[in-house]
Amino acid sequence: MKSASFDYIRPETLDAACACLASHPDARIIAGGQSLVPMLAMRLARPSMVIDIAHIDGLSTIQETTDTVVIGAMVRQAAALSDPMIAKHLPLLAKALTHVGHPPTRARGTVGGSLVHADPSAEIPLVAVTLGANLRMREAGDDIAFHAEEFFIGPMLTLIPPTACLFEICFAKPSSAHVGTGFHEIAARRSDYALAAAAAHIEADDTGAVQDLRLAIGGVSDFPQRLPLDIHIDVSGDMTDTDTRLTTAIDAALDSVDFVEDMHASASYRRRVAAELARRAVDDALREIAQDLP
Amino acid sequence: MNITIDINGKDVTASIEPRVTLLDFIRDVAGLKGTHAGCEHGVCGACTVLLDGEAVRSCLILAAQAEGNSITTIEAVDGTARQPGELSVIQDAFCEAHGLQCGYCTPGMVLAAKTLLQHTPAPSREQVREAISGNICRCTGYMQIIDAIMLAAERLQGLNQPADGA
Repeated sequence: MKSASFDYIRPETLDAACACLASHPDARIIAGGQSLVPMLAMRLARPSMVIDIAHIDGLSTIQETTDTVVIGAMVRQAAALSDPMIAKHLPLLAKALTHVGHPPTRARGTVGGSLVHADPSAEIPLVAVTLGANLRMREAGDDIAFHAEEFFIGPMLTLIPPTACLFEICFAKPSSAHVGTGFHEIAARRSDYALAAAAAHIEADDTGAVQDLRLAIGGVSDFPQRLPLDIHIDVSGDMTDTDTRLTTAIDAALDSVDFVEDMHASASYRRRVAAELARRAVDDALREIAQDLP
Repeated sequence: MNITIDINGKDVTASIEPRVTLLDFIRDVAGLKGTHAGCEHGVCGACTVLLDGEAVRSCLILAAQAEGNSITTIEAVDGTARQPGELSVIQDAFCEAHGLQCGYCTPGMVLAAKTLLQHTPAPSREQVREAISGNICRCTGYMQIIDAIMLAAERLQGLNQPADGA
């Protein structure tokens, strides 16, 4: 469990980090290291150089604009979890962060690191896909951006160019005052990899009619993906058949998912659990909106 | 490369390979063997230390990454207030509640508990479970460890001091 040898560099600017990536094609960036260091220890990764971006200014801040919250790539998961701005404007992310690893790994692991690592069962990529986050990165002096929904293309695979470095993640604030969220996952034990996870973010107008229902699942296929639901819900209206309609709509949406099978769970188990977790996530979100309505 | 790390209030300087983890730096360079090497890939929690007061896994941090941070190991769990060999309140509670058998996981458990009790002086059993969720114990079955941390919390709040006030 000892890494192979590598060189280590600690650039002070984003452009210097990118230049280093350009001159060392097999270099790896280290942020919090909670995924990379185990891969180094097991020699699943053998980079010639490790680029530590912790000393680059400005990557560890959380900022607010009129309609966005911008999270620096090096913001630690524990810092994001205790941040009042995230709790207020991105309640889904706050809920999901409690499921990310456990306190000692959250103290070091970063929001950006989890995104570019792109583990299919990871919670932060799932939230980014649910909320349609924008991932901003630097490449050869230019700023480029990817929409979270198009960024993840396979297990540990993303569209990030080989010489690019993620520097911030932009989340839109909810546009409605009536917001409900839900996050559920199942794992073999607490803090272990999710066998299935579901995230829901719902916005309603002042009458309780759902305007925007975003649901996504993770851990069940090669990357987190949105589930488009063909359903109309009015929280203040007649809710008696909502549960049945919701179950049917989720089931229809799951037909387009390519469920994976491995030693931990079969594809049919993942499908059944994903359906139930998705239903619970939407249910939680609707209940929050109902409590909030006058 | 040359690096200097503040471990238990003392600067330790050495020339090391970049691949050396903080765990190996603490054990082999600083010579502090209380931090245990378990799985060495972030699963077991035996190597837990405090980095700027927060519990972290020393096997998942390169020593080079820890330059500029202050590290506290089990040897200095109670600062410098006590004599060598004297137990801290948390360690004493582990003994009293039978929170250890072989002791391999104990330094990590004690430091995870210390971080918890700093943030949450009166935790629920559920919060204790969450705080030690990253630490594996193969002896106790965890129940006595949770008892020990609850006892330490009571004592640190002065609710359950020994009768002689010691």
